[in-house]
Amino acid sequence: MIELRDVVKAYGGRRVVDGVSFVVEPGQVCALIGASGSGKTTLLKMVNRLIAATSGSIRVAGRDIRDERPEMLRRRIGYVVQSFGLFPHWTVEDNIATVPRLLAWPEERVGARVRELLTLLRLDVEEYRGKYPHELSGGQQQRVGVARALAADPELLLMDEPFGALDPVTRAGLRAEFARIHATTGKTILFVTHDMDEALELADVIAVIENGRLVQFGTSREIVERPATEFVRDLIGRAEIGLKRLAVQRVGERMQRGKVDGRGPAIEASSTLREALAHMLAQHTDRLLVRDDSGAVVGSIDLAELVRSP
Amino acid sequence: MSIVRNQVLFVLALVSAAALALTGFVTHAPNRLVSGRALALWHAAPVTAAAALAGGVLALLVVSLLPQSRPVRWGAAAIGSALILLTLDAAGQVAAGLIDPAHPAARTALGAAAWVLVLCAALAVVDAMQRLGAGPLLRSIVAAGVVAAVGALLASGRLDALSFLREYANQRDAFARELVRHMALVAAALVPALAIGMPLGVAVARRPRLGQGVYAGLNLLQTIPSVALFGLLIAPLSALAAAFPVLAAVGVQGIGFFPAMLALVLYALLPVVRNTQAGLMGVDAAVVEAARGMGLTERQIFWRVEGPLALPVVLAGVRIVLVQTIGLAVVAALIGAGGLGTFVFQGIGQYATNLVLLGAVPTIVLALAADLAMRTLVELAERRRSP
Repeated sequence: MIELRDVVKAYGGRRVVDGVSFVVEPGQVCALIGASGSGKTTLLKMVNRLIAATSGSIRVAGRDIRDERPEMLRRRIGYVVQSFGLFPHWTVEDNIATVPRLLAWPEERVGARVRELLTLLRLDVEEYRGKYPHELSGGQQQRVGVARALAADPELLLMDEPFGALDPVTRAGLRAEFARIHATTGKTILFVTHDMDEALELADVIAVIENGRLVQFGTSREIVERPATEFVRDLIGRAEIGLKRLAVQRVGERMQRGKVDGRGPAIEASSTLREALAHMLAQHTDRLLVRDDSGAVVGSIDLAELVRSP
Repeated sequence: MSIVRNQVLFVLALVSAAALALTGFVTHAPNRLVSGRALALWHAAPVTAAAALAGGVLALLVVSLLPQSRPVRWGAAAIGSALILLTLDAAGQVAAGLIDPAHPAARTALGAAAWVLVLCAALAVVDAMQRLGAGPLLRSIVAAGVVAAVGALLASGRLDALSFLREYANQRDAFARELVRHMALVAAALVPALAIGMPLGVAVARRPRLGQGVYAGLNLLQTIPSVALFGLLIAPLSALAAAFPVLAAVGVQGIGFFPAMLALVLYALLPVVRNTQAGLMGVDAAVVEAARGMGLTERQIFWRVEGPLALPVVLAGVRIVLVQTIGLAVVAALIGAGGLGTFVFQGIGQYATNLVLLGAVPTIVLALAADLAMRTLVELAERRRSP
């Protein structure tokens, strides 16, 4: 869906993005992670041409982005900015309808789409449609921001630190929402973050950027299990690297099927190993039963199994 | 613990009472050029009128001591409004009583006490509206009500014996003409000022470098006293008109309407440019970036996002310019542009204070009305905005 090849952005002689190449497949969630000033936001904005590349090529859905007018390109790429960026003089409905109206959709179709998206983002249609942004909480504003980006059913969603301006509780809630929306819509998503936990939780693939260069690109599991450089190790957090590894594996992958003798605390197969460990510590036990989605006990996992190297 | 619940109203009532007790309510002069003799309310006015005024002032005093609930505040506004009308009406009655067919040139004008009373009563109304938290819209309605009542009183003929209205009677035709001319001058200056100032403000917001030169020029213009600027324009414009008859044919000349308009435009530019720039700079950069990222063209971003969001600040600039131009246009009479300033300068020339007032009071009313109307517009434009 997105192909970057040798992408460079130079201001004067300084290269803020320096020869970055990677490919994000359709339907994947890719996190761009790095320190402040690493060039990750610049890279994101180059995909919808808010910033022009100095050299190299970027293709979205197989087409070079320079082959069409920037406005046209942007209308088929959803864009969510960090501080929401909602139009303060427009209602929630008008905000969400921005791109559909630019694309001259018939008004009934726009209205139907707005209702559909508000429902998807769990905002009551009648209550919120006519509200103005300043009447909403930060979390609600960000939901509207996401709905606005999804409005014209774009192939690709770009998100610039989508949870950066939210308090931790709201952030956790919206991350779960993010995963649900991705599961429902199947959009390809490229998002910027400086939080490795966020990247590990939400992304299929992670691009680690340091000083404008791509230092590692891989799945969450590859990143935590084989960090390419000291910088990546730092991002993961040296002392916690073991826990991070547990966080990218599911209980279902490690459990022993059929070993369901006895009673005791249980955990879902879809939970991470890290959650399983936390559960064991909280319950003062070294063994948990494992339930599947339907709630039936299908196996068990014990501490020795959990800490064994993969 | 003070027993006074509204200090402002309390002071206004005391000042009114002191003015009534110590100074003349009207002045009476044998003709319009000499300064008159002050007559106290008690000597000059009918008992009922004097009692009504004293009662009104006393009522303000009492209200200032009451717990300040909303009905009490509305009461203060009502008493203040009534006091304005009662004062003018009492002065009218006094003046009518002093008419003497043997001395047709004799004049009766409002005295210090009457002016102080009208002013304090007006301030009492303003104070009440502020304490009621009234927005510009409600204030406009109340102000329009008071002005309409005063207008009705003027139209009723009950004040005709006052010097101010006798000046008006003498100048009736000229007054209408100069009032229209004054407003025409303001409008003629405002339109080009906005047409030039707004695009200039946009340009300055886009290119800060450009701003340095533009502001240097506009600030310099503001430092030239208005009388001097009107004077300075005479020579070059006369020369232009003489050199290019085409220009003279379209109204360019050294004195009169054109140079006055030009000077007013020059003064109006700075606030328009500055507020347009400030309004645009005040638009949240994230909002503009989001708009661009959504695929709005630069033109759409300007007209749909930046423009509407900058509008309240731009309108605030228009308000400043409007009030400033209404005031400055008085001076334009000096170079033969006409307008309400005509009466002011005639009055000064003839030592006729009430003729000066005939020019000054309508100018003030016009400026206040424009101010209130623009504030209302700004409020409406801002109503739905985020803080």
